[in-house]
Amino acid sequence: MTTIFGVPTAALYGQLLIGLINGSFYALLSLGLAVIFGMLHVINFAHGALYMLGAFAAWLALTKFGVNYWAALALAPLAVAILGVIIERTTLRRLAGLDPLYGLLLTFGLSLVIEGMFRHWYGSSGQPYAPPPQLQGGVNLGFMFLPIYRGWVVVASVVVCFATWFVIERTRLGAYLRAATENPALVQAFGINVPLLVTATYAGGVALAGFAGVLAAPIYQVSPLMGSNLIIVVFAVVVVGGMGSIMGAIVTGYMLGVLEGLTKVYYPQASAIVIFVVMAIVLLVRPAGLFGRGE
Amino acid sequence: MQAQNTASEPLLEVRDLEAWYGESHVLHGVSLDVREGETITILGRNGAGKTTTLRSIIGIVRKRKGVITLRGQDLLALPQHKVARAGLGYVPEERGIFASLSVDENLSLPPKIADGGMSIADIYRIFPNLEERRNSPGTKLSGGEQQMLAIARILRTGARVLLLDEPTEGLAPVIVQRIGELIRTLKTQGYTIVLVEQNFRFAAKLADRFFVMEDGRVVDTFATTELSARMGSLHEYLGV
Repeated sequence: MTTIFGVPTAALYGQLLIGLINGSFYALLSLGLAVIFGMLHVINFAHGALYMLGAFAAWLALTKFGVNYWAALALAPLAVAILGVIIERTTLRRLAGLDPLYGLLLTFGLSLVIEGMFRHWYGSSGQPYAPPPQLQGGVNLGFMFLPIYRGWVVVASVVVCFATWFVIERTRLGAYLRAATENPALVQAFGINVPLLVTATYAGGVALAGFAGVLAAPIYQVSPLMGSNLIIVVFAVVVVGGMGSIMGAIVTGYMLGVLEGLTKVYYPQASAIVIFVVMAIVLLVRPAGLFGRGE
Repeated sequence: MQAQNTASEPLLEVRDLEAWYGESHVLHGVSLDVREGETITILGRNGAGKTTTLRSIIGIVRKRKGVITLRGQDLLALPQHKVARAGLGYVPEERGIFASLSVDENLSLPPKIADGGMSIADIYRIFPNLEERRNSPGTKLSGGEQQMLAIARILRTGARVLLLDEPTEGLAPVIVQRIGELIRTLKTQGYTIVLVEQNFRFAAKLADRFFVMEDGRVVDTFATTELSARMGSLHEYLGV
């Protein structure tokens, strides 16, 4: 059997794939958090709950209305975005200008409420959600067996992350967003509707979480606590990448996912904490994060 | 809107304007008027309320009382993002160049509000050094270039009334001279300009009329032709 540093290659590639899958979710979720933090200065603790809502929306749409996976991939993020608009307009907006701690507490409370409701209605156990027929099965790549759905998750997340990056860094709308992040009063004085941009940013950021939730439904089970299990790691990813850095959030997401996968192969005992160890080191050496600009 | 009387009626009018930053009352009744095509200069010491007056007109300062009208339209009643669209271009004191935007993006950031603004090509013809740096981050430019960029980007929008807040602050004399030439050119093109300045020697060559501010009020106003007769009292106001 072929081995690398004493580990069978099949196990290595398997864990690398799992790392990439986890990294895909880290990247999508931390990207949304970074976008929201940049514009609203809110640490969106409800992100995990909204990711869970995306998964539940897909599951409910399928089981109650027969809406298939592909439609859910568009509709669930939309539903989460609409909820985001409501959250921003009715609550977060009132906290603008206050200490970011208030936003954190509010969104933390919201996530408890949302998760509590779903636990009440659907219990804590997970609901199965089958991958769409087109993406079932797998292919043998020669060096490993690749389940098609997992490959799809990695591709879809890379495409969506890149598209988000492109919109923010390369388009006029993105220029408005970046400028409003720096100096909202002046952007507004030029005649741009900044409050609308803020709402759109929050809706867009949580839509990414909803999208990640749909992608996750066939891999992890759909359960009320799926978000809170993930979100703590995602916060560590955001800290490592640097708050408010778009590319930083994406690259760090994949990087730490893979690092976690590799740790599972070489030193499994550390795999649950390796990301937090990296976070601690980064905070000591570069407090603004790997890609953060610092202020 | 009525077309009659536009020659004698002010284009931009501020009457009994009071303004607050939070609890602190900074403007205590500012009145000034600008006619179409005119350049006025607001003089005054630091803290007299010059910048606050501009920020109140453009709507960044929200807690205001009194009257601000542009072509008869009540600006106080507008939500903030609609004020510029009434026809104002604003160049803030700290220039407001965005670090995360390239020179190009900074230039095209303010939305067009009317026809007749300059094209990007026109602007690069006037400011060739901006074109050379078009892809660099806006804040990598020198102070003078940033000031040029701050003015250039509102010339794109088609605004005909310009609010310029200390465009010469902290710049080398040769750059100050260039900005002076630029403002003179804009004046001949019929722009209406409200200029806030500490440097009244600079302003004297550009302005048609002066408004002197002290402690949040306009305390004196005179035409440029009266400037030499007013030098004595002006020295007192400005403490120079």
